Amino acid sequence: MKKKISKIPFNGTKEQEAALQAAIAENKHDKSNLMVVMQKAQDIYGYLPFEVQEMIAEGMDVPLEKVYGVATFYAQFSLSPKGRYNISVCLGTACYVKGSGLLFDKLQEKLGIGADECTPDGKFSLTSARCVGACGLAPVLMVNEDVYGKVTVDEIDGILAKYND
Amino acid sequence: MDMINLKINGINVSAPKGSTILEAARYAGIEIPTLCFMKDKNEIGACRICVVEANEGRGFRIVTSCVYPASEGMEVLTNSAKIQKARKTTLELMLSTHKKECLSCARSTNCELQKLCKEYGADENAFNGFRPEYEIDDSAAHLVRDNNKCILCRRCIAACKEQYVGVIGANNRGIDTAVGTPFELPLNNVPCISCGQCTVVCPTGALMEKDDTDKVWAAINDPTKTVIVQTAPAIRATLGEWFGYQPGTNVEGQMVAALRRLGFDKVFDTDFAADLTIVEEANELVERIKNKGVLPMITSCSPGWVKFCEYYYADLLPHLSTCKSPHEMEGAVIKTYWAQKNGIDPKDIVVVSVMPCTAKKFEIGREDESASGYPDVDIAITTRELGRMIDRAGIKFTSLPNEEFDSPLSEDTGAAVIFGATGGVMEAALRTANDWVSGENNTNIDFEAVRGTMGLKQATVNIKNLGEVKVCVASGAGAAKVVMDQLANGNPSGWSFIEIMGCPGGCVNGGGQPYQPQYVRDTVDLKAVRAKALYDQDRGMTLRKSHESEAVKVLYSEYYTEGFGKGKAHHDLHTSYTKREKYTK
Amino acid sequence: MNTLAELLAIKEQMQSQVVLRQGKTDSGCKLHHQVLCCGGTGCTSSGSVKLIQEFNDEIKKNHIEDEVNVIRTGCFGLCALGPVVIVYPEGTFYSCVTPEDVPEIVSEHLVKGNVVTRLAYTGIETTDPNVQAQIKVALNETPFYKAQHRLVLRNCGVIDPENINEYIAMDGYQALNKALTSMTPDEVIQVVKDSGLRGRGGGGFPTGVKWSLCAPNKAPQKYVVCNADEGDPGAFMDRSVLEGDPHCIIEAMAIAGYAVGATKGYIYVRAEYPIAVHRLMVAIDQAREAGLLGKNIFGSGFDFDLTLRLGAGAFVCGEETALMTSIEGNRGEPRPRPPFPAVKGLYGSPTVENNVETFANIAQIILNGADWFKSMGTEKSKGTKIFALGGKIHNTGLVEVPMGTTLREIIENIGGGVPNGKKFKAAQTGGPSGGCIPASLIDTPVDYDNLTAMGCMMGSGGLIVMDEDNCMVNMAKFFLEFTVDESCGKCTPCRVGIRRMLEILEKISDGKGTLEDLDKLEQLAQYVKQNSLCGLGQTAPNPVLATLKFFREEYIAHVVDKKCPAGVCKGLLNFTIDKETCIGCGLCMKNCPADAITRTDYIAPGHKLASCEIDPQKCVKCGTCMDHCKIKSISKK
Repeated sequence: MKKKISKIPFNGTKEQEAALQAAIAENKHDKSNLMVVMQKAQDIYGYLPFEVQEMIAEGMDVPLEKVYGVATFYAQFSLSPKGRYNISVCLGTACYVKGSGLLFDKLQEKLGIGADECTPDGKFSLTSARCVGACGLAPVLMVNEDVYGKVTVDEIDGILAKYND
Repeated sequence: MDMINLKINGINVSAPKGSTILEAARYAGIEIPTLCFMKDKNEIGACRICVVEANEGRGFRIVTSCVYPASEGMEVLTNSAKIQKARKTTLELMLSTHKKECLSCARSTNCELQKLCKEYGADENAFNGFRPEYEIDDSAAHLVRDNNKCILCRRCIAACKEQYVGVIGANNRGIDTAVGTPFELPLNNVPCISCGQCTVVCPTGALMEKDDTDKVWAAINDPTKTVIVQTAPAIRATLGEWFGYQPGTNVEGQMVAALRRLGFDKVFDTDFAADLTIVEEANELVERIKNKGVLPMITSCSPGWVKFCEYYYADLLPHLSTCKSPHEMEGAVIKTYWAQKNGIDPKDIVVVSVMPCTAKKFEIGREDESASGYPDVDIAITTRELGRMIDRAGIKFTSLPNEEFDSPLSEDTGAAVIFGATGGVMEAALRTANDWVSGENNTNIDFEAVRGTMGLKQATVNIKNLGEVKVCVASGAGAAKVVMDQLANGNPSGWSFIEIMGCPGGCVNGGGQPYQPQYVRDTVDLKAVRAKALYDQDRGMTLRKSHESEAVKVLYSEYYTEGFGKGKAHHDLHTSYTKREKYTK
Repeated sequence: MNTLAELLAIKEQMQSQVVLRQGKTDSGCKLHHQVLCCGGTGCTSSGSVKLIQEFNDEIKKNHIEDEVNVIRTGCFGLCALGPVVIVYPEGTFYSCVTPEDVPEIVSEHLVKGNVVTRLAYTGIETTDPNVQAQIKVALNETPFYKAQHRLVLRNCGVIDPENINEYIAMDGYQALNKALTSMTPDEVIQVVKDSGLRGRGGGGFPTGVKWSLCAPNKAPQKYVVCNADEGDPGAFMDRSVLEGDPHCIIEAMAIAGYAVGATKGYIYVRAEYPIAVHRLMVAIDQAREAGLLGKNIFGSGFDFDLTLRLGAGAFVCGEETALMTSIEGNRGEPRPRPPFPAVKGLYGSPTVENNVETFANIAQIILNGADWFKSMGTEKSKGTKIFALGGKIHNTGLVEVPMGTTLREIIENIGGGVPNGKKFKAAQTGGPSGGCIPASLIDTPVDYDNLTAMGCMMGSGGLIVMDEDNCMVNMAKFFLEFTVDESCGKCTPCRVGIRRMLEILEKISDGKGTLEDLDKLEQLAQYVKQNSLCGLGQTAPNPVLATLKFFREEYIAHVVDKKCPAGVCKGLLNFTIDKETCIGCGLCMKNCPADAITRTDYIAPGHKLASCEIDPQKCVKCGTCMDHCKIKSISKK
């Protein structure tokens, strides 16, 4: 399991930082509380970007590598934010032979992000999925809970436009 | 000592109570192979090479000998068919994730993995399948990280942790577990102090000093360049190991002969500059005391230590002596005084330093290290790189005659020789300070209290006309941290002068020193035996105090006429420091 | 709270609250009915919170709020039938209750006293109202519950887990009082030893022995750790105990602390169990407030307190040393043993670690004595065991049975057998660390030693039933995929070895395996088992080894005949259209994602259109054609 590092610029708020610093202050007396603080940070920010891990390392007085090593060990910790709309493209065999790979490439190009990444505005994130069991509708993509079947590359703009908030 | 009795491979063995099976076997002269194990430093039982069969009355089971306690009446098989097969499979699994370019790998023939694979007849194609691939990180000046050759023994992590640096650790998990930096940043963008201790302990070619030998060959082959080599005090005590000599063999004469045969135009001894460092540093200390400058003063010979201070204790940088490290001083003098004297344009001089150290590769690129307007030192290579150059040149090192360094920038005293061991700089400084302050020519000059391989040493020295002086000697960044925390706390121990070296044991145990397999490192105190070679040489010398060096005296009378630390001497021989950002994205 | 008298006074006070649930009547009880709604994870996700609200509303509407109350409990066990509701004193068990059903239950059952048979679960499949009316509808009488022996789960689904007094009403904290006030620590350990209780987390190490190894070690601080990092896919007994009866864990940990001389405890619980975490927090607070945690408990001079730590998603943290490294704030990598935690555990101090189900037995052992506990089970496995029944079985859920109950009893009687008339093939026990029991061994009494002898493992108690449609190669592959994902990456055999095993299995299930691969797989499995650093790696090969042992012919079929007898492994399947029955409608052709189906020029007698055929080269074996074929002329084999 290799964790993907987000390239989205960090845009934490003052309030978030204050909440994290409060959690650090509460726990810094005991370095073994590192994970407790990291769990709080994940709650506050939704993920653990560089800047957040650096604050934790500094506050808990542990090397940053220690924080990063822990963050990449546990499944619960994430290094990249999830978008409000997560697009998942089925790359199972049936969808793949029907061109879901092309859809995936096109989405990466349109959104300007790679797999397991999120757009800078936090709106879309992109993941690949194993077979979702809708092979008859291949190729299939999902936006959050909405399933789109027999999608062509040309329809992508239309689908993305539906999520306009 | 309480002993226990056990049977290893059918032979009765007595071993001290509390021994592990591995220790008990070593006690009996039976070697069990290890890869991840480092005594007291990395006892994690991860690689599984040291497995043995052990029976404590409930039948034979496979156990990890490096951590499993030996017990009374235990029966151990270290080499049964089952064990041989298990080790072979472990090696084959390691090979299945290993980039196998052994023919050209610089670690070939001294790679611990390769040696075991040969011994166990491991088939490099036994298992094929997914192998994670990694980009090679050559961002740093001093080393190259190739995770494709890493076997995840984690010895480097332990070494980095011992240094209290901890910039590398295990990231991710499962088959994707890899030794890495936070956020996989290039090594150049994290607070690595360039000490190279990780390269010394790496069993494979995953962590290597950045090889600069091609640059040296190019310089030697350039007829327009005068190529001058200098060797640090510690090299003579360790280079022999590369050619099969016992650790602690002093090979100064053969080393000089080899360097001449490699084609260097001049072979100088950094010892000269070590004496120069002492007189400049002693003068700086006296000035600080007189002018109520920042005290205690801390030595600055070790670029790993300097970088550590810049990253982690930037507020305390004013404590650092502004003296350049000896090889930088040597380079500065070569490209100014010596160049002028010999009518050579410094731009046509290439100074090559042979150092026990990987951080020197970083240091030569620092700001404020170019007295002549050109870098004081152009290329820094490690003891290991010199060994490889000699190998490539086909020089039969062991048959070489002893030769002498070129003069005049090689003349040395015993004080300079001991720079290579922890406490050596301190002792050299005390010899000079004692004479200067007391105004006497003291004969009792062995300051035993600052010798030894301990990470942290303190001593109170009685100097006539000055009284009791409290000094401290630290080696290894871990010990340095302890000292600096004390300083941050107001120097409660009242130290006046502190020597700090970045590597545990000082330069004899530097990050650029020859490889020794881990079982040697576990069983031989390399720091001590290598240091002994230097102290033995010191004892046999007539001149043993830096200020007695004739060459140094001549330098000040002919060139640095304004005196210690003044004018040109200050310009050429001193440097400055800067706070460094720990992480740059 | 300082004395037993105070404890008993609360119990007395609470009698009127709990008496109905015990099937008794009490003159002090004003209630004529109690409605228990399951608030476990399963039922909560199927809507029990809304249901409770609905019940309260309806009860108010009918003006019976003084005579009937609603209690949110922990898990009843029959999660697949959720949300579930039990009405006492009858013990009527209503399953799959929707908010729309509530008015009827309230007006008929709670007001008039008539059981709503339409909704009552009987364990007997019938829609005949006459039969329904005749059969007994009390929960305890259903086959699912009747054969169980609910010891650990005794309070789950019976009490309100967020009310410490309900626990006290069920004799809660009396064991702690007994241990602290009338027993020495050695006596406590002796009782646990004598009881024969063995660790329920997987290994089956005798709990009393574990405690006795820790007790004599002198240290300024010792610890008791509760392993609640239940991670086996499909196992959720620990979650149910924590959700349904959190105080029994707190009480047991305090007893363990007293026995070994530890004053601090940690509960390491999966963050994925939010309800359990919440109930534990509530329970710890209540216990502290009642003086049952903290300083000088029951005036005995013994101090004990608990800290809750949340896991962060790593299966390996179920291994005891990895769990401790994780509590210490590190990557949850295991450490070599020895030194054992009893000597050098959490923060380098002597530590006793037990899992939830183990602790859940302690209070009753102390209260009722070792002989009582020993009377249940087999020679070397005492007491009961909870299994999470799943897979191809009627009643999925939690069952607790005495050790030594046969698999047949569990599957056929309690579980209601394999559905759809399929044949029982094997039971998988112990999840990714376990093996499988073939149909031929269905009469084996299930206990630690029998399972181990079969190359299986009790594990934490997952029990997945498989029928003829399950492929054993695929099953092994499934579990190996899991362990490959969860390997911590520290030691070579597990990090690389099980990955290589998985790759060989993939080759076999793709139809590319050879007989040499089978040998290599088996040898590698043995190697990984013997050479891995921790329990995860040492047991990861079990699913492979057990299936190789009992279902070798199935592997051979994959390798030699290039067939998957169960029709699961896609790489070995061939979809074919029977040209005689195909009516040529073309639906398959239209829906095939790979354009692998074409029309032939053969028209079967009596048909108007030419039949279709599948090009095996193009077929991606998704099965879509089969789903769309109305006349079922497409088959896979």
